[in-house]
Amino acid sequence: MKQAITEGEPSTFLGRVRASLAPAGLPSDDRGRMRLVVDNLVLHLHPTKVNTRSLRLSYTWGLGGLSAMLVMLLATTGILLTNNYTPSPAEAYQSILNLRSNVWFGDFLRNLHHWAANLLVLAAALHLLRVFFTGAFRPPRAFNWLLGLALLLLAVAANFTGYLLPWDQLAYWAITVATSLLTYIPIVGGVISRTLLGGPEVGAATLRNFYSLHIGVIPASMILLMSFHFWRVRKDGDLSVPRAPGEPPAVKLEKVTTIPFLVRRELAFALVWLALLVAWAMWVPAPLEGIANPQVSPNPAKAAWYFLGLQELLLHFHPLVAAVLIPAAALLGLAALPFADYRAESTGIYFRSRSGRRLAVLATGLALLITPVWVVLDEFVVKWAEWFPAWPTLITSGLLPLAALVFGLLLLDELYSRFGASIEERILALVIFLAVAFVVLTAIGIFFRGPGMGLFWPWAMPAGHG
Amino acid sequence: MMKSSTTTNTNPAAQPIGRRDFLKLALGVSGAAVAAEFGLLGLTYFQPRLGAGDFGGVITVGKLDDFPSGSVTLIQNGRFYLSRLADGGLLALYQRCTHLGCSVPWDAAQQKFVCPCHSAEYDATGQVTAPPAPRALDLFPVAVQDGVITVDTSRPQQRDRFAAAQVVYP
Repeated sequence: MKQAITEGEPSTFLGRVRASLAPAGLPSDDRGRMRLVVDNLVLHLHPTKVNTRSLRLSYTWGLGGLSAMLVMLLATTGILLTNNYTPSPAEAYQSILNLRSNVWFGDFLRNLHHWAANLLVLAAALHLLRVFFTGAFRPPRAFNWLLGLALLLLAVAANFTGYLLPWDQLAYWAITVATSLLTYIPIVGGVISRTLLGGPEVGAATLRNFYSLHIGVIPASMILLMSFHFWRVRKDGDLSVPRAPGEPPAVKLEKVTTIPFLVRRELAFALVWLALLVAWAMWVPAPLEGIANPQVSPNPAKAAWYFLGLQELLLHFHPLVAAVLIPAAALLGLAALPFADYRAESTGIYFRSRSGRRLAVLATGLALLITPVWVVLDEFVVKWAEWFPAWPTLITSGLLPLAALVFGLLLLDELYSRFGASIEERILALVIFLAVAFVVLTAIGIFFRGPGMGLFWPWAMPAGHG
Repeated sequence: MMKSSTTTNTNPAAQPIGRRDFLKLALGVSGAAVAAEFGLLGLTYFQPRLGAGDFGGVITVGKLDDFPSGSVTLIQNGRFYLSRLADGGLLALYQRCTHLGCSVPWDAAQQKFVCPCHSAEYDATGQVTAPPAPRALDLFPVAVQDGVITVDTSRPQQRDRFAAAQVVYP
């Protein structure tokens, strides 16, 4: 910036103001363009140059960029929403009604915030899968993988705390059911639940706690961690480089300057998604049910959609297994991935190798087949608790089915191993199997569970339920 | 100074701690202490903030004589049922299902609580009669003085099953 002023100092007052605010046009040489990135507070999180291959949309699908854009959109719409919202049980629901009918574009703003938030959970989860599928979580990107996991948890927490704020029946009972899951954590569960709720059940204190978390603690943490996350991408040597199976790593990469090649793409991508979201938010209203009534539980009482896979597990396992052991094992497993699968040989290749791709298809097929069969069997045929009435339910409906599950997974792993799968490919197959199973469980929870949490065909769902 | 000497004593290498190491340690410990203080203080701000007479405080239910033996009455502002057993004993049953927190309505015709969410059932003492509820309905402490019943709703008391000792007799 100093150079620009000394070299050709503008002769007019406005010219000097302009020169202090922004560079005069795009420099024609690479050096100048790289300089622009380094000198910019926001853009310096980016590398100054990116390799052309990683720019391919079919490699990253732009999922990280989409998540970042959604967070910015959520912050903007969220700030506007706070001006029309009161976090108290007496006024919260009224302020939503007022927002919908009396505030200029209020309903649209709420819809946009709601759908962007839901899309964020989806985009962040898919981003995690993309990074896993391409092996981009391995060292030197191991730490950034952990940062990404923390960001995914924050996105879910933001979504979860925001869910309560409209104070309708949907909000009240979804949060009641989800926080009840916490009480099954041994020893500390009660304390965590009580602290989060500000009392024994969802009430005025809960609304204030969640509001403070939703508009303060969580967004502040997210913005900090996001900056850290982007900066680590640069420090870890830019994005991983896509390759075809069997193709050796490129010795010399073709690189282009971040400005304009990456920044222009990011902006165009963000604008396309913004347009789609705006159109969606104009046509599809965010759900709002009647005002929260602590006396009347709806039937069925379901958690938010991204917790329905967990709630489905709860119908098949003892709460300690379903709400504590399995989620804790899944999270620890994800965090441990870059330290178990750490050799960078196949980094950049979707699904590791040709045989890895076949294995991925096989694991997906098996999960699609086995999960629904298991759910139906467990619902109607397998009755551990009735077969062994004398044993505690923690064993009959918890540890026994868990042991059966682990045994089944080990059997599958042994099968892959017999057919010559490498350790990387076996981990790939295991994670894909579990991920697809979780998606299937979530779909069953959303579409197939009706009154009393019974199984129903979606088209035969009793009216007013599901 | 005191810190320095205690640290030296616990050091198995029995080497006096250097000034530089001591300052490093002191800085680390003070930093951790400050973080812990602010963290714990912050957490207390999430704890219950109660108003008297509301749910979470002590609720005055009414006169003992208004609750005949064998009756179950919903005390709406206290979120509990006052269950007067056949022998005149009192129980204050939290209306929250112990399975996943749904509100359990009293079915007077069948003389039992039936949860609408996962169809757990309880009898008038709060004892589970049908799964999946893991334990009996939680209790609130009941007190009777000069014929007036008060219930302290500040902390629900968990129990596995009904026991005669839980009943309060006026």
